[in-house]
Amino acid sequence: MSDITVPAAGDAPRPSLSPAAPPPVAKGRSLWSDAWRRLTANRAAVVSAVYLVVMTLACLIGPLVTGHDYTTIYTDYVRVPPSLTPYPKQDQIAGALEDVVKRMRVDLVEWHEQDERVSVTVRSARPVDPRVLRYFERSPSFLDPRIEATAPDGLSMTLSAAVARHYFLFGTDNTGRDLLTRTLIAGRVSLAIGLLAGLTAVLIGVTYGAASGFLGGRVDDVMMRFVDILYSLPFIFLVIMLVVFFGRNFVLMFIAVGAVQWLDMARIVRGQALSIRRQEYVQAAMAMGVSPAGILWRHVVPNTLGPVAVYMTLLVPQVILLESFLSYLGLGVQEPLTSWGVLIAQGSKNIPSANWLLIFPSLFLTSTLFALNFLGDGLRDALDPKDR
Amino acid sequence: MARYVLRRLLTAIPTLFLIVTLSFFLLRVAPGGPFSQERGLSAEVKANLERVYQLDAPLWRQYLNYLADLLHGNFGPSYNLPDFTVADLFRVGLPVSMQLGASALLLALIIGSILGILAALRQNRGVDYGVVALATAGSTIPTFVIAPLYQLVFALTLAWVPVAGWGGGALVNKIGPVLTLALPQIAIVARLMRGAMIEALRANHIRTARALGLTSFSVVVKHALRGAVLPIISYAGPAAAALLTGSVVVETVFAIPGVGRYFVDAALNRDYTLVMGTVVVIAVFVIVFNLLVDLAYALVDPRVRYE
Amino acid sequence: MEATLSPSRSSSDRSPPDSTPLFEVSDLNVGFDTPDGAVLAVRGIHLALHAGETLAVVGESGSGKSQTMMAAMGLLAKNGRATGSVRYRGREILGLKAAALNEVRGAKIGMIFQEPMTSLDPLYTIGNQIAEPLTRHLRLSGRAARQRAVELLTLVGIPDPARRLDAYPHELSGGQRQRVMIAMALAAEPDVLIADEPTTALDVTVQAQIIDLLRTLQRRFGMGIVFITHDLGLARHFADRVAVMRHGLVVEEGPASEVLTAPRAEYTRMLLAAEPTGTKAPPPPDAPIVLEAQRLNVTFRIGGGLFAGPPLVIHAVNNVSVTLREGQTIGIVGESGSGKSTLGRALIRLIEAQGDIRLFGEPVNAIDAQSLRALRRQVQIVFQDPFGSLSPRMTVGEIITEGLRVHAPELDRRARERRAVEALEDVSLDPALRNRYPHEFSGGQRQRIAIARAVILKPRVLVLDEPTSALDRSVQKDIVDLLRRLQGAHRLSYLFISHDLSVVRALSDWIMVMRAGQLVEAGPTDEVFRAPAAAYTRELIAAAFGLDEAHAPAAARA
Repeated sequence: MSDITVPAAGDAPRPSLSPAAPPPVAKGRSLWSDAWRRLTANRAAVVSAVYLVVMTLACLIGPLVTGHDYTTIYTDYVRVPPSLTPYPKQDQIAGALEDVVKRMRVDLVEWHEQDERVSVTVRSARPVDPRVLRYFERSPSFLDPRIEATAPDGLSMTLSAAVARHYFLFGTDNTGRDLLTRTLIAGRVSLAIGLLAGLTAVLIGVTYGAASGFLGGRVDDVMMRFVDILYSLPFIFLVIMLVVFFGRNFVLMFIAVGAVQWLDMARIVRGQALSIRRQEYVQAAMAMGVSPAGILWRHVVPNTLGPVAVYMTLLVPQVILLESFLSYLGLGVQEPLTSWGVLIAQGSKNIPSANWLLIFPSLFLTSTLFALNFLGDGLRDALDPKDR
Repeated sequence: MARYVLRRLLTAIPTLFLIVTLSFFLLRVAPGGPFSQERGLSAEVKANLERVYQLDAPLWRQYLNYLADLLHGNFGPSYNLPDFTVADLFRVGLPVSMQLGASALLLALIIGSILGILAALRQNRGVDYGVVALATAGSTIPTFVIAPLYQLVFALTLAWVPVAGWGGGALVNKIGPVLTLALPQIAIVARLMRGAMIEALRANHIRTARALGLTSFSVVVKHALRGAVLPIISYAGPAAAALLTGSVVVETVFAIPGVGRYFVDAALNRDYTLVMGTVVVIAVFVIVFNLLVDLAYALVDPRVRYE
Repeated sequence: MEATLSPSRSSSDRSPPDSTPLFEVSDLNVGFDTPDGAVLAVRGIHLALHAGETLAVVGESGSGKSQTMMAAMGLLAKNGRATGSVRYRGREILGLKAAALNEVRGAKIGMIFQEPMTSLDPLYTIGNQIAEPLTRHLRLSGRAARQRAVELLTLVGIPDPARRLDAYPHELSGGQRQRVMIAMALAAEPDVLIADEPTTALDVTVQAQIIDLLRTLQRRFGMGIVFITHDLGLARHFADRVAVMRHGLVVEEGPASEVLTAPRAEYTRMLLAAEPTGTKAPPPPDAPIVLEAQRLNVTFRIGGGLFAGPPLVIHAVNNVSVTLREGQTIGIVGESGSGKSTLGRALIRLIEAQGDIRLFGEPVNAIDAQSLRALRRQVQIVFQDPFGSLSPRMTVGEIITEGLRVHAPELDRRARERRAVEALEDVSLDPALRNRYPHEFSGGQRQRIAIARAVILKPRVLVLDEPTSALDRSVQKDIVDLLRRLQGAHRLSYLFISHDLSVVRALSDWIMVMRAGQLVEAGPTDEVFRAPAAAYTRELIAAAFGLDEAHAPAAARA
C-alpha cells in the first residue's frame, strides 16, 4: 500500500502525483474507493455483477410472468421439448381434439380451425348431452368452449373452443411441468440458500477467527485445535448427520451447513487478526492506551473486511454447489419445491429422451457459479492489487 | 527421520481415536436405526436382528465392543448388505476406487502443472487468460453435470464409449470416470501452480539467477519450479486422500463398483458399521497422506527439518 | 589457504582507457506502465565506466539509479520498458534476446543486490549455486566447478570453504550470504561488477568488511565497478567517479574528489549538507528523572509444548538499567539483534519485562491495566516503518486524534479537529491534508504524521525507534530538525534508538551501546565518541566513521 506502484526491487520510481500541494481541505482517497475504482474497471467482474443482478431479478419476478405455476401439471404436455412457438402445435391440435372427443363418447364428424378457435361437429347414436362441454373445460389445450349449434334431432352438435396457447420455452419435465418456471423457482431456492449459509458461515467464522487470533496464546491454541478436529472428520459425513438431525427443513439445514462451512473463514480471519496484531499501528494504538475493544473495532475489524468480502463471494458459489450436490443425492429440498441440483439430478436420469432437462438447469447453475467466481476474483484483485 | 515418522504415527493414534469416538456417538445420537425405518419389519424380527447384532446392549458396551473389534482389525458385518462384512466390501471396492482416483490425481498433477506453468510464464496474455478461464470452468462445473454431459456426448451421441459400467476395468469404461474426477482437480492444480509460479518468478533469487546469465530453462525449471511445487504438494495430500476413497457422484453416474457409493447410502440407512468403517478408512488415508506431504516438503525444502 | 585464482586478464587485453568505455549507458530511458498511467523512471541518461574504475551512482529513493542498471541487465519488471543504448565494450546489449544477453550477463557483467537474505535460492546448497555460472559460462565440469567454488569462497573470505559448500543459504549470516553473492557474481571473472546497494541491509561492522573485500577484489582483477548507493560517505570512500541522480536524471557527474568537495549542482550540495550535524547539550544535572529502570530483563520463549520439549529461551534484554531526565535524549545504539528495540518497548511496557520501572517516580510494573492506560498519555512511541505504523483504512485526522478519544473523552468532534490541526502544524504538515489516507503520503510525511500522533497527547517522554532509518538522507535531516524543535518547545525527553551513529551523535547527549541484549558501554555522547572504552564501541565507530574520517573534508561536516 505504498505510493510506489512499481513492483521492481531497489529504488522504484515514485509516481509524480505528490500530495504536497493540495487544494484546501483535500478529500482523501480511501483504500475502499481505490478498490471500487479497480473493481469497476474490471470488465469481467462488472459483467458478472450485472449478470447476477439480472439472474436474481429473473428468479424473483420470472415465475410471475411465465404464465405457469411451478406445480401445474400439463398432462397433455409431458416431456415436450423446448420451443419458441406455443403448444399445442398444429399437428397436436387434432390429437388433443380426438382425445377430448373420445372422452365424450361421440364420433367426430368434422373440425376446422378459424380465428384461434376450433369448431367441431360431433355425432352420436344417442342425443348429445350438452354437459359434454366439461370435457373441453378439463383439457388444458382448450379454453372457453361453447355450443354453437345443436341439430334438431339432438344427435349431432357443433361446438367451438379457443385453443389454449402455452409457451414452454424450456420444455416440460417428466410430469408435464413448465421447466422454465421450475428453473427460476429453483434459482430462488439455490440463491437464497447460498446467501443464507454463506452469511451464517461468515458470521460464525469471523467471530470465532477474530476472537482466536486476537486473544492469542493458549486460547488460540485450543480454539484452533478444535477447528483441526472438525476438519479431519469427513465433511460429507457431518453434512449427512446434520440432514438427519434437522430433517428436511431446508432453512434449518442450511444454517447448519453454514455452521460447517465456517472453518475456512475462521482460519482466514484468525491469520489476518494475528498479523494485524503484530502491525506497528496496533502497537502504536496500544501505546496510546486504546482499549482492546477499541483496537479490535477500529483496527482489526476494518482491516479484515477485505479478505472477508472476497471469501464470502467465493463461499456463496461453494454453498450453492454443496446444496445442489445434496439435492442431487436426494438430501435437499423436497418436491414440489425444487432447486438446481434437484433439476440436474432429474435431468441426468433423462438424458437419452429429454436432454433439455439436464441442459437448462446446468446452464443456469454453472453460469451463476461462474459469475460469482469472477466477481470474487475481481474483488480480490481490487482489494489486493499486487497479485496482478 | 525414522523417529519423526514414528512419532507422527504415534500421535495419529489419539487423533484417530477421537475421530472414531466422535463419529460413533454422532451416528448413534441421530434418530433412527438400521432396522427401524420403513423396512416393513415386524417388531419381533427387528428385536431379533438387533439382538443378533448386539444393538440391544447399552451404548457404552457397544462402543467398547466396537473399539475392541477395531483393534483386532475387525470392521464388523454390514447391516444392510447382510451377506458381506465391511472388510469384504472394502476389499472389493477400494482397489477400484483407488485405481480411478490415482489415475485422476496423476492426470490432474501433470496437466494442471503444465497449464499453470504456461499461464505463469505468459502472464496476462492469451494463454494465461485461456488457462484461467478453463480453471474457473473446471472448478465451477459440478461433477454431476460433467458426468451426464460426458455420457450424453461421448456415449449416446458419438457412441465412442459405453454409457456406464465397470466392464471388468476396461480402459474405455475408465475414461469417463477418470476425466470427470480429474477435471476439477486439473483446474485447482493449474490455478495453484500459476499463482505459485508467478510468486516464485518474482523472488529475488530468480533475479540473481537471471543476472548470472543462467539459461531460461535453468531459471524456470531449476530455480522457480522447485519452490513453486510446495503449494502443489500441500494440496495433493488431502486431494489424494479424497480421490482415492472414491466419489459418490462418479461411481453412481457411471455405475462403478467402488467404495464411494457406500458412505451416503450407509449413513442414510444407519448402516453403523459400514459408516464407521468408511470414516476410519478415510481418516487413515488423510493421516497417511498428510504425513507424506510433510516428508515430501522436507525433501524439497532444506529449511524444513524433522527430528 | 591462499586463493589460486588466476589474477585475471593481463592489462594488455583490456581496451585502452578512454577510447571505448568498458561499459556505457547512453540516452537511456526507462518507463513503467502502472495502473495510474506511464511513469518515467529514467530520462535519457549517459554514464560510462572504464576498466579498473569505480563509478558510484548516488541518489535517493526514486532517483532511478537502480532501474538504470536493472534495465542494462535486462532485469526490469514486466511492466518496464527501456529505450536507448547500453554497450559493453562497444557492443549493444540493450534489447538483446535472452539467449544472447545470457552470454554477457554473468559472464562479462556481474551484479550483486541489496537483499542478501533473499538473493540466494533457499532450496540449493551454496556450492551448487556457485557452480552454476562456472559450468554455464566457463564450461567447467562438475568436479572442476566444485574445486573452483572452494577457491572462490576462500577468495571472498568464507571460513572453512570446503565444508561450507554443502551449507544452505539459511545456515549463513547476512554478511556471509553477501560474500557468497559476490563469489557467484565473480565466478565467471566478469570485467564489470554492478553492485546495487550491496551493504545497505547489513550491520555497519559487516558493511565495512564487504567494502574492503570489494576493493581488494577490484585491485586484484582490475574490474570496473558500478556502485549504486544512497550513502555519500560510502561513495566518497570507495569511488573514483561519482554520478548524482535525481528524478531519473544525472544532475552532476565527475571525479569523486570534485563532486563531493566542490559540488556544482544545487542538489548535490543539499545532499552533502543533509548529513546530520550539531550536538545536544545535556540537561542540567538537577533535572528531574522522568523514567527510570533498574536491571531490566526481557526473555522470549520460542516453541516448546507438551511433546516438543523445553522451549528455546532468548534473553533479549539482560540486566539493563536506564535513567532518563527531563529534556534529555538518550541514544541507544547497537546492531540488529542487540535488543535495543526490545528495551525501548519494554520501558513503556509494550512488552512484559522483569525489573523495576518507574515513571515520574511511580512504579509501573504492578499497576493495573486501567491506570497503565492513563499513564500511557505521558509516554509515546514513534516507530521505524512509516508504512506499517499508520492504520491504512483511517484518515490522517482519525489516526492522530485516536489517542484523544482515550485520554480526553470530553472533547467533541470539533475540538478534536482543532487539536489535529494544531498537531499537524506542529510537525509542519498542511492541516488541509487531514482527510487523506496514509498511502497518499511519502515516507517522510508519514513519519511526521506518526510524530503528530505522538505529540498531540502532550507526552513528556518519547521513545523513537529508528524513526529516521527508513528515510532518505535529505528527509532524515528534516525529521531530525523537527525532533529537535519539538524537544525544545515541549520539554520532551527522548529515548532515541538507532543503528545510525551519525544521527545518534547529532541528537543525543547520552549514549548506551548494546550488544546481544547487554549494555556494553554508556556515557555522555562526546566522551563515548571521543574515547570509547569498550572494544566493541570502537569497532562500531570505526566502521561508521572510520571510512570517511580520513577523507572527510571539513566542508562536508559544516
